Amino acid sequence: MTKVEITVDGTSTEHEVEPRLLLVHYLRDVLGRTGTNVGCDTSNCGACTIHMDGQSVKSCTVLAVQADGSTVDTVEGLADPVEGEAGWHPLQRAFHEEHGLQCGYCTPGMIMASKGLIEDNPNPSEKEIRDGLEGNLCRCTGYQNIVKAVQSAAAEMRGDTKVEVEV
Amino acid sequence: MIPATFEYVRPSSIDEAVAALAEHGDEAKLLAGGHSLLPLMKLRLAAPEVVIDLGRVDGLRGVSEVGDGRLAIGAMTPHYKVMADPLIREHCGVLADVTAKVGDAQVRHRGTIGGALAHGDSAGDLPAVLLALGGSVIAQGPGGTREIEAADFFVDYLTTALSDDELVTEVRVPKLVGDWGWRYEKFSRVAQAWAIVGALGMVKRSNGHIEEARVGLTNMGTRPVRCTATEDAIRGQSPDAIEDAAAHASDGTSPSSDLNATAEFRQHLARVLTKRALTAAVG
Repeated sequence: MTKVEITVDGTSTEHEVEPRLLLVHYLRDVLGRTGTNVGCDTSNCGACTIHMDGQSVKSCTVLAVQADGSTVDTVEGLADPVEGEAGWHPLQRAFHEEHGLQCGYCTPGMIMASKGLIEDNPNPSEKEIRDGLEGNLCRCTGYQNIVKAVQSAAAEMRGDTKVEVEV
Repeated sequence: MIPATFEYVRPSSIDEAVAALAEHGDEAKLLAGGHSLLPLMKLRLAAPEVVIDLGRVDGLRGVSEVGDGRLAIGAMTPHYKVMADPLIREHCGVLADVTAKVGDAQVRHRGTIGGALAHGDSAGDLPAVLLALGGSVIAQGPGGTREIEAADFFVDYLTTALSDDELVTEVRVPKLVGDWGWRYEKFSRVAQAWAIVGALGMVKRSNGHIEEARVGLTNMGTRPVRCTATEDAIRGQSPDAIEDAAAHASDGTSPSSDLNATAEFRQHLARVLTKRALTAAVG
């Protein structure tokens, strides 16, 4: 067993873990933070995307011991801790309003990957969004409304006045 | 999927990493970004008894000028840093551009240049560019360091010239001098997938002619391929010579047949993609 100290969504966590424990299982099984999903489990689908020290990564392909000392942010830490929709992150609100999900399984990873994309490029074009999210698979939406949601959230995060997004 | 159990070792210096390798030998695997090794371990295609994590080793990251017209890139430099590095963009932009085609954004945040090369997968994008550039790797073991040319480094499928007790510390690429253009044509069925075939075309342009050319192929055999026949056929020629020269891109190759493509189709792709890459590289 190896001791790890990982800050998850602003909270320090410390546990003895097996070295083979994957970061996504540390989040879900050790911490009980099940907002991050396991999808394909082969680093293809991106459902398990979280941020590790500010960069989007697939947590099914990182060992918890590799994240020792790191800051991890998941979809569970996005919303402000207040009641209701007022506390939602702009990406959460945009995915809701633009209907950027159907079954919702890919959404935690899709939102975390989109957050990284917008942080790197605050005003992404449709092509840049589609390229930037190539590591995240959605089997429901056909991506159209996901692209709309990211554009809408990016506009809000830039502080632009609300615009109708046409894709 | 859960990897088999292993002993975890996390050295903090290159010397400690070399000592750990010397102690555990072929029972150990080095862990860089983990985006090749961990999937194999989860599928139990690899089950090393010891994993030596290079993530905290000092001195394996960053880019510098070596002083002999080359750049030195620390083996643990992640792909997204290679893509954005000012020295690489100024002097060897082809490496930045090909690296941008590796995997997807999340993979590029974790995957490293040294790890991708030491994995020795000819379906990976970086071996072909290192080969075409005439680059090299610096390996360190108990006996010291040695430089291994790309042409000698890739030995077979997932097999490199590294000994069991050596690790890659650095990757060296030449600074490109003159009016170079390049294009990497990566053919895959879906976004973010491995290349079914990839072709890198590089040309040094001079007075409307091609002074020099480099062509490297991805996934056209158990090792990356450099197409010297095509390079020779367009050296000193006008861009009109590209079509005939690209017809030689598959000469001497023996790609595999699999679900994605037959060997014959891969050879067809190699010729077509080489033509497209060189044509785009001329500009």
